Amino acid sequence: MRDNLPLTLIAVFASFSLVSIGGGTSIIAGIQHQAVDVQHWVTARDFVDLFAISRAAPGPGSMLTTLIGWHVMGWSGAIIATLALFVPSSLLCYGVALVWSRHRGKRWHTALEQGLSPVAIGLILAGVVSLLRVNGGGVLSWVIAFGSAGLLSWQPRLHPLLVFLFGALIFAGARAMAVV
Amino acid sequence: MSSSAPASPPSIPAIFLVFFRIGLLSFGGGVTGWVYREVVTARGWMGEDEFMSGLAMSQILPGTNISNLSIYVGQRLRGAWGAVAAIFGLFVGPFFAVIGIASVYSRLKELPFSDAAMEGVAAAAIGMLLIIIGRGARRSARDPAALIALLATFVAVGLLHWSLPVVVVIVGAASVAAAWLRGPADA
Repeated sequence: MRDNLPLTLIAVFASFSLVSIGGGTSIIAGIQHQAVDVQHWVTARDFVDLFAISRAAPGPGSMLTTLIGWHVMGWSGAIIATLALFVPSSLLCYGVALVWSRHRGKRWHTALEQGLSPVAIGLILAGVVSLLRVNGGGVLSWVIAFGSAGLLSWQPRLHPLLVFLFGALIFAGARAMAVV
Repeated sequence: MSSSAPASPPSIPAIFLVFFRIGLLSFGGGVTGWVYREVVTARGWMGEDEFMSGLAMSQILPGTNISNLSIYVGQRLRGAWGAVAAIFGLFVGPFFAVIGIASVYSRLKELPFSDAAMEGVAAAAIGMLLIIIGRGARRSARDPAALIALLATFVAVGLLHWSLPVVVVIVGAASVAAAWLRGPADA
């Protein structure tokens, strides 16, 4: 397999596609193991850098895969790795969405939508708490998160990017004064 | 009101453009907040329950939540091509952005306080999720079963760190049963 890099990329990332239940974060450890220890595509240090970049860039966190593909074989590697990770799970999701929408308007479908809605809110809340825990800012992260929510609810026309900029400035300022 | 689609669904290019924007603007992990803002609040392409149930589904299925959610929204609005437009729009921006950043990363790392600035962006992005939670909690507060489902999900996944798919299946089943018994009349 080592001699056929594109096929190995596909085999490795496609195998992660259908096991990444609960979002991309659940497969990061597995990807690290494959990319660093098994395939030797990147060093452990490179991996940490690529991970940081994927967090800093827009888009889903699993753009990490794109970067590994790029690191290994340039643009074609980036495309191959991205497609390998996303196509299998996307096809499955499309199939489920299709069946789902065929039954629109039936009573069980309405019950399903109304019943799952609060569960989704609970999941978002759980996600927020874990994001705030991971974020390095401690109390300041919470203050900024709630401040940004308050500002955006109070002034819905305000562009979120402007609010993000405030967040960045306040954080950088606090770090400069060594508060955080 | 909750499950009615807009009179004329948006065009394929419109879906592509909205998701292209979501992809490029979604810094710091609050991507769901952007999709909600663009699809539900700003454009009314979908009702709240429709969006939220799709979100719950996206979280149980394998794959990243946000790519699954995009496919769900695209499929709902315009079938197969809608799904393709949404997922392609979502990825094309970040694909080039992430490689672009990787190309200049060594220089970027030397900027003072770049880490702190990113943490600030991430914290502010969480604010968009808090808005969704606020709205959802207010809706659920009218119905005890929904409120219990919301809190049970949060405690099990967020505090006790139980397996997300298992929690969604169990709490979801109970919550759906409650919604079924209550009847569809009160949306």
